[in-house]
Amino acid sequence: MPVIQMREALNQAMCEEMERDPDVFLMGEEVAEYDGAYKVSQGMLAKFGPMRVVDSPISECGFAGLGVGAAMVGMRPIIEFMTFSFSLVAFDQVVNNAPKVRHMSGGQLSVPIVFRGISGPGQQLGATHSWTVDAIYTHVPGLKVVIPSTPYDAKGLLKTAIRDNDPVIFLENESMYGNRGEVPEEEYLIEFGRADIKRPGTDCTVVGWGHTVLTAMAAAEELEKSHGINVEVIDLRTLRPMDLDSILTSVKKTGYCVTVEEGYPTCGVGAEIAAQVQQHCFDDLDNSVVRVAALDVPMPYSKPLLQHVVPGVERVAEAIKQAIYFQG
Amino acid sequence: MTTVTVPAVKAEPTDAELMQWYRQMVLIRQFELRCAQSYQQQKIGGFCHLYVGQEAVAVGSIGAVRPDDYIITAYRDHGHAIARGMDIYPLFGELYGKRSGCSHGKGGSMHFFDAEKNFFGGHAIVGAHIPLAVGLGWAIKYRKQDRVALCYFGDGAINQGSFHEALNLAGLFKLPCIFLVENNGYGMGTHVHRASAVTDLKLRTADAYGIPGKDVDGMDCLAMYRMVRSAADYCRAGNGSIFLEVKTYRYRGHSMSDPQKYRTREEVAEFQKHDPIGRLEKILQEKRLLDDAKISAIADEIHREVEAAHEKADADPTPDLEDVWTDIYAQPFGPYR
Ligand SMILES: Cc1ncc(C[n+]2csc(CCOP(=O)(O)OP(=O)(O)O)c2C)c(N)n1
Ligand SMILES: [Mg+2]
Repeated sequence: MPVIQMREALNQAMCEEMERDPDVFLMGEEVAEYDGAYKVSQGMLAKFGPMRVVDSPISECGFAGLGVGAAMVGMRPIIEFMTFSFSLVAFDQVVNNAPKVRHMSGGQLSVPIVFRGISGPGQQLGATHSWTVDAIYTHVPGLKVVIPSTPYDAKGLLKTAIRDNDPVIFLENESMYGNRGEVPEEEYLIEFGRADIKRPGTDCTVVGWGHTVLTAMAAAEELEKSHGINVEVIDLRTLRPMDLDSILTSVKKTGYCVTVEEGYPTCGVGAEIAAQVQQHCFDDLDNSVVRVAALDVPMPYSKPLLQHVVPGVERVAEAIKQAIYFQG
Repeated sequence: MTTVTVPAVKAEPTDAELMQWYRQMVLIRQFELRCAQSYQQQKIGGFCHLYVGQEAVAVGSIGAVRPDDYIITAYRDHGHAIARGMDIYPLFGELYGKRSGCSHGKGGSMHFFDAEKNFFGGHAIVGAHIPLAVGLGWAIKYRKQDRVALCYFGDGAINQGSFHEALNLAGLFKLPCIFLVENNGYGMGTHVHRASAVTDLKLRTADAYGIPGKDVDGMDCLAMYRMVRSAADYCRAGNGSIFLEVKTYRYRGHSMSDPQKYRTREEVAEFQKHDPIGRLEKILQEKRLLDDAKISAIADEIHREVEAAHEKADADPTPDLEDVWTDIYAQPFGPYR
C-alpha cells in the first residue's frame, strides 16, 4: 500500500471528488497560484483550471458566504480557510447561514459545503492566530465537525465530507501535514460518527481527536512501558456526530475516563464527554472523568509559555495516573 | 464623484528632522536585517514580516504628526514601532519571547504595543484593526481633542468587510482618521490585480464613503511627510477622514517562509533602484548634511546599537511560566488553576 503524507491524502480526496463531480470546486486564499499556504492544494490549479481552483481576496466573510450561496443551488464548494482562526471573520456565514438554511427553509434547501483548514495552537503565532475551534463549532446544531488523525482517515473522511449534504467543518493540523501513513489506491469512504479504537486496553479509557490522538498514544505507550498500565485510546474522528457508544462501551470496561484536547476546558468538548459519561456510566465509574485541555488562557507567543499552556505527553500521562489512582 | 480639496501644506522639515528620519530609516533596516538573522537562528518564532523597502512610509508619516496622535497598524509593525520612537531593546525582547519584551513575550513580532507612546499595536488578523482606528477617532472627536489617528494596513486588507464598515463609519461621523493603505503590490503571493476589482485604490473611498483619497510615493520620505502633514491639518480642522494610497514595495518575502515564486528578481531590483534610504541620502548629500564618511559612521553606530540591544535581549530570561495567568483580566479570577 502506498505511504503518503497527510497533505497528499487531502489533495487526493479533493482531486478525486472534483473528477467525479463537476459541481465541486475549491476556493480560498492562496489555494491556486501559490499551491496553498501549506501546499495542500499543490498542482490542483494546473489540473482543474482557475474556475475550479480559485484564489480569493482576503475576504473570509465574502467567500465563505459565496460558498454557502453556491451550495444552496446544488454546488459542492470546498472553502479553505488558511486557518480556522480566520473563519472567525466569517463566523456568521459559518454558524448562521450554512447550518440554518435547511432548517429555516423547512427542509427545502441543502447546504452541501465543506469548510476546511488548520486549527490548533500553532507555532507561536499569538493569541488571535492560535484558535482550537473544535468546541466552538461542535456547539452548533446543523454543522458536522470532522477531525482526522491519520492520512488514511483524512482522505476517507474528506471524501465523505464533500459528498455529505450538510455543512461540514473539516479540521486539519499544521504539524501533522507531513505525517505519513498507508493509504490504499482503491476508493474508500469513512462514515461519520464512528470512532476508531487506536489501541485496546483495560485500565483506562482515553479519548482524543485530531492531534491529541498522537499525544494520547504516546502517553499510553510510555505508561505501558514504565508502569505496565494498559490504556485504551479512542480516536473520535468526528466530534459531531460523536460516537458516544464507543466511549461508553469502553468506559464500562475500564471504569476510568480521560479526555484530551488542545482547546479550552471551559465548555470544551471534554466537558461534553464528561457529562455524557457520568450520565450513562455513573455506576461503572471508579473515579470522576479527568479532562486534559489547554490552560484556560489566551495563547502566548513566547515558546516556553506556549508549551506550558498546550497539553503534552507528560501532562496526559500524569492525568491518566491521577484518574486511575496510580501510586508510585 | 465627491471632490474635496486637501490643502497643500508649506511646512518643510528642518535639517535636524531630515537627519533624524535618515537615522530612523537606517535603524529600521538594520533592525530588520538582524531579525532575519535571528529568525534563521531560531531566536524568533511564529510569523515575522519584515518592513525592508517600506521604511519611508512609517518614518515620513509618523514624522508628520505629533507624539500624542494615535498610531495603529497591522502585523508588519516593526517599522512603525521604531518610527514612533519605541526603544529597540524591548522590541528584540518581544521577538525573542522574553520578559523584557514590550508585551512581556505575550505578543511576538506581530503584536508590538506601547500605550505610553500612543502606539496601539500590531494586529495580526487582516483588516481587524481598521475599526479600532475608527474607535480611536471617535474618542478624539467625542473628547474634542486636537489629535488624529493614523491607521496603516496592506493592499490585501481593503477587501475585508471590516475595512468597508469602518470607513463608512469614519465617513459618516467625520472622524479624524488618516487611513494609509501601504500598497506594496502583493497580499502574500496575490498581486493587487488578482485581488481587487478596482485597482486604483485611491478611488475606492470618495464616492463610497465620502472620504477623499490621494496617492503618494511611499518610497519618498519627504512626499510622505508632506502628504500626511496636510492630511493631518485637514483632519484636525474637523473635515473628517482621509484615505491615502501609499505606493511602496517590500524587498523581502511576505514572511520569513515565502519562496516568492510570484515575482521575479528583476522586479525586486527595479524597485530597489528607488530605495527610500538612498533617496533621502542623496538629498542630504546635496544639502551637505551627509558625506560618505558620515554615512558609514552612522551605519556603524547604528549597527553597534542594534547588536547591543539584540545581545542584551538575547541574554534576558524568558517569562515565568506562572505569567500565562496574568494580563487576561484587570482582576484575575478563574476556576481552573
Ligand atoms: C483574516 C485573515 N486572513 C488571512 C490572514 C493571513 N494573511 C496574513 S498577511 C496576509 C496578506 C496581507 O497582505 P496585505 O494586506 O497586502 O499586507 P502586506 O503583508 O503586504 O503588508 C494574509 C493573507 C490573516 N492574517 N488574517
Ligand atoms: Mg500588500
